[in-house]
Amino acid sequence: MTDELGAFWVFLSDSPLLGLTATLLAFLAATWFWERTGRHALAHPVLPAILLLMGFLWVTGIEYQTYFDGAQYIHFLLGPATVALAIPLYDHLARIRQLLVPLLVAGTVGAATAALSAVGVALALGASRETLLSLAPKSVTSPIAMGIAEKIGGLPSLTAGLVLITGTMGCITAPLVFRVLRLRDESVQGFALGVAAHGFGTAQAFGISALAGAFAGLGLGLAGILTALILPLLPLLLPG
Amino acid sequence: MLHGFAMLLVFQLVGEFLSRVLYLPIPGPVIGMLLLFATLVAMGGVPKGLRLAGEGLLAYLALLFVPAGVGLMAHMHLIGQDWLAILVGLLVSTVLTLAATGWVLQRLQRRRHHDG
Repeated sequence: MTDELGAFWVFLSDSPLLGLTATLLAFLAATWFWERTGRHALAHPVLPAILLLMGFLWVTGIEYQTYFDGAQYIHFLLGPATVALAIPLYDHLARIRQLLVPLLVAGTVGAATAALSAVGVALALGASRETLLSLAPKSVTSPIAMGIAEKIGGLPSLTAGLVLITGTMGCITAPLVFRVLRLRDESVQGFALGVAAHGFGTAQAFGISALAGAFAGLGLGLAGILTALILPLLPLLLPG
Repeated sequence: MLHGFAMLLVFQLVGEFLSRVLYLPIPGPVIGMLLLFATLVAMGGVPKGLRLAGEGLLAYLALLFVPAGVGLMAHMHLIGQDWLAILVGLLVSTVLTLAATGWVLQRLQRRRHHDG
């Protein structure tokens, strides 16, 4: 019996089935926990699910590469999901037309501030070139950020992690920033959250109001496109 | 639903193709998103199957980040080396981005109200 179990584990730990199943189960567990906290922004299921899986790999001694052989089927869907962002963008077409110029200007200022300030501070504190290039797209939603990181020579999976941390930081600091700068307009708050903190910020903006949420979705999409257009110039500006 | 998903994949495929053939610095899926957006504007609506497939995917967007996030494990040495630069950089940048985006949009919107 134990021999068969051992043989089954050898089969399973080497098959895509395990990575795929573990990812879904970890995410379901993290979602269950999130629901129990009343969907608190800080308990968002992404980070807990990642930590659970890291613990699982560490305990079982399975290599990340073996895990990813299965998890890649989920990872692959980031591509079509990015394409699908065109749908919410289209849904807000009327608003976009109305405020086109202010949104474009604010979005460009925001996207440039996000990338340049993060890279500037980290450069001043002596971060490596790989870290800098992975840091640059951190304000953009993960599927786009990882695509950009890959294009400019950063590490996509490092970028994915930094995007998640940025989202959390955006949700925590936004109320204070809005109070200090007296930004009371809900469309302004939402748009800033979407540009600075992508999907996490958008979720938080929907907590303010539906209007804030719609503008956050717009900010997320716009920041993604603008960053993809601007950032490929970055490696040319960096030393080394 | 199935033709909606096929449509997403076709736009991604065309995006990847253009990105590679024209040596564009923009990721293929982003080009696909722009092309789909232009197509939707031209069509004047979102086909039902596309909305079903697209919104279904976007509802689980958070899940799609997980496999790559676990990959952070592979970069622990880099994070260990640069953790202070990373954390301070992210924090300063996030606050500045919120402030700059919000402030500029508020100013421009107000000017518009005054002009109009």
